[in-house]
Amino acid sequence: MSFYNEYLKYKDFDFDSFFKNTTDEDILNTINKDKLDKFDFLRLLSPTAEKHLEQMAAKSNKLSLQHFGKSIILYTPMYLANHCSNKCAYCSFNVENDIDRKQLTLEEVEIEAKNISKTGLKHILILTGESKSKTPISYIKDCVKVLKKYFDSICIEIYPLEEDEYKELISAGVDSLTIYQEVYNEDIYDKVHIAGPKKNYRFRLDAPERGCKSKMRSIGIGCLLGLYDFRIEAFMTGLHGYYLQSKYLDVSISFSLPRIRPHVGSFMDLHDVNDKNLVQIMLALKLFMPYAGINISTRESESFRENLIPLGVTKLSAGVCTEVGGHSQSNKSSSQFEISDTRSVSEVAISLERKGYQPIFKDWVHI
Amino acid sequence: MDKLKIGGTKLDSRLFIGTGKYSSNDILPKVIDSSKSQVITMALRRVNLDSPKENILNYINKNCILLPNTSGARNAEEAVRIARLAKAAGCGNWIKIEAISDNKYLLPDNYETIKAIDILAKEDFVVLPYMNPDLMDAKRMVDAGASAIMPLGSPIGTNRGIRTEEMIQILIDEIDIPIVVDAGIGKPSQAAQAMEMGADAVLVNTAIASSSDPVMMGDAFRNAVIAGRKAYLAKLGSVKKFASASSPLTGFLQGDE
Ligand code: SF4
Repeated sequence: MSFYNEYLKYKDFDFDSFFKNTTDEDILNTINKDKLDKFDFLRLLSPTAEKHLEQMAAKSNKLSLQHFGKSIILYTPMYLANHCSNKCAYCSFNVENDIDRKQLTLEEVEIEAKNISKTGLKHILILTGESKSKTPISYIKDCVKVLKKYFDSICIEIYPLEEDEYKELISAGVDSLTIYQEVYNEDIYDKVHIAGPKKNYRFRLDAPERGCKSKMRSIGIGCLLGLYDFRIEAFMTGLHGYYLQSKYLDVSISFSLPRIRPHVGSFMDLHDVNDKNLVQIMLALKLFMPYAGINISTRESESFRENLIPLGVTKLSAGVCTEVGGHSQSNKSSSQFEISDTRSVSEVAISLERKGYQPIFKDWVHI
Repeated sequence: MDKLKIGGTKLDSRLFIGTGKYSSNDILPKVIDSSKSQVITMALRRVNLDSPKENILNYINKNCILLPNTSGARNAEEAVRIARLAKAAGCGNWIKIEAISDNKYLLPDNYETIKAIDILAKEDFVVLPYMNPDLMDAKRMVDAGASAIMPLGSPIGTNRGIRTEEMIQILIDEIDIPIVVDAGIGKPSQAAQAMEMGADAVLVNTAIASSSDPVMMGDAFRNAVIAGRKAYLAKLGSVKKFASASSPLTGFLQGDE
């Protein structure tokens, strides 16, 4: 079994008629339910549900307080390298793009770590482009060894791995995995992943499950909003999370909702996802899986991120640079995409406190 | 009120409180004060000794007993490691075992919990296991060296009250070490209910932390726990299942010796 079987069940589903047949009453009944099934979730993603966002928000706020309280975990990404062997139409790191390529030495990793840890953050997300030859597992492991001295939780966002490779990284000190499918629609996936190992849809789709099997503590998934119809993509993302959570009860699942940002790439056939759409996705996910985390990145603007907080956000990145060496070096490389919220860690923390939320710098211990 | 004795320590308060889910740590000392709680639980994963602002230990009165929990542990091995880290971090030798491998309902895994108790009790920890109320498992926990048992009233954070009433009553009746009802208590009246049933203490977090006025809610819980305990000690009038008829139905038997 794999999530692919689940994907296939809904691949040719008639979403249009389902949405057309969804009434206001259906939405209100769904909001009032204690437990939502997959079709309830889909109803909440319908155009009809757009009229009921306020009621959805009220419930989402309540569920979020119940499950997570008034606390938001902060973390920051650290780019280790931007080498990439793939040709993704939507990304600046694309192997064919003429950008400065860079990879941190272990000494540079240590300097970055020291600089980031001055902000008080204890959670770090390490990223690479997807080049297994330039940034092999052994390199990631060496970096983790350095980072362990400074951080309590280390999350990886790198090329998909085999189960044993994930295990290797866990024993080195990694506890969490983030991996985005980018787009669940297999045809679009094939179209935007022009060349490189990332073309292998199934290998990527099953990566989160391999992470679960390897005993990662938490796993973040998501799609890159804008590559295809957001309602269907959000549905598939939620189903994927639900599939993983039901099968691997011990893993904590979280969702990220990145919207495509300006980049050095070429792909322009975008599906617009406006603020209201993003809010709807987030609320539908929260009502469907209240125990799952929700992560909003700095792709979103400061004010928008602030407004999303009471709707169920559990994790925020702060003090973000998407360049390799961005936390310490003056000759930074090209960034993966433009960020929108450029606030420092302390600025984000202060604004959370002002909103009546507690910024959490540490929520894990190495065990 | 009569004192509660756990692991050789005598306590005046029978209300334990949690420290998670608050909007700020600054409110903690006030809640501890209004609730008069003497046992304060916190997740070791959240203890941040590097930051005075985030270091929860700075907000807890020195006279209180710290009850670090092993939240995040999925099995006995992880729980034991977290317990040892907590002791090394200066959190004392009380430990609340949380071994949870279900992220959906956050139900405790009794089997893994028993294994962890077995190891930690031998290392002189005062072990308080969070558990699914099951009599045989509770007995195993006692045998393994638990100092109290912490059965759940309903799934954690749900504020649904004591849904496991019958099972908890059995533990109260059959287990000789203190029973602390943990998880699910959403209202002071439910805390009073647990105490009236004969529970030795209750642990409350979400209900206080998520209220609009946690300080006042702490006080409300303090009073409810006292009221419930007094009612228990005073022995509630027995609940009659059948009304006593004012003219006895068997009166005709009198004199028929
Ligand atoms: S999205 Fe990832 S895999 Fe694709 S080009 Fe960018 S860095 Fe490489």
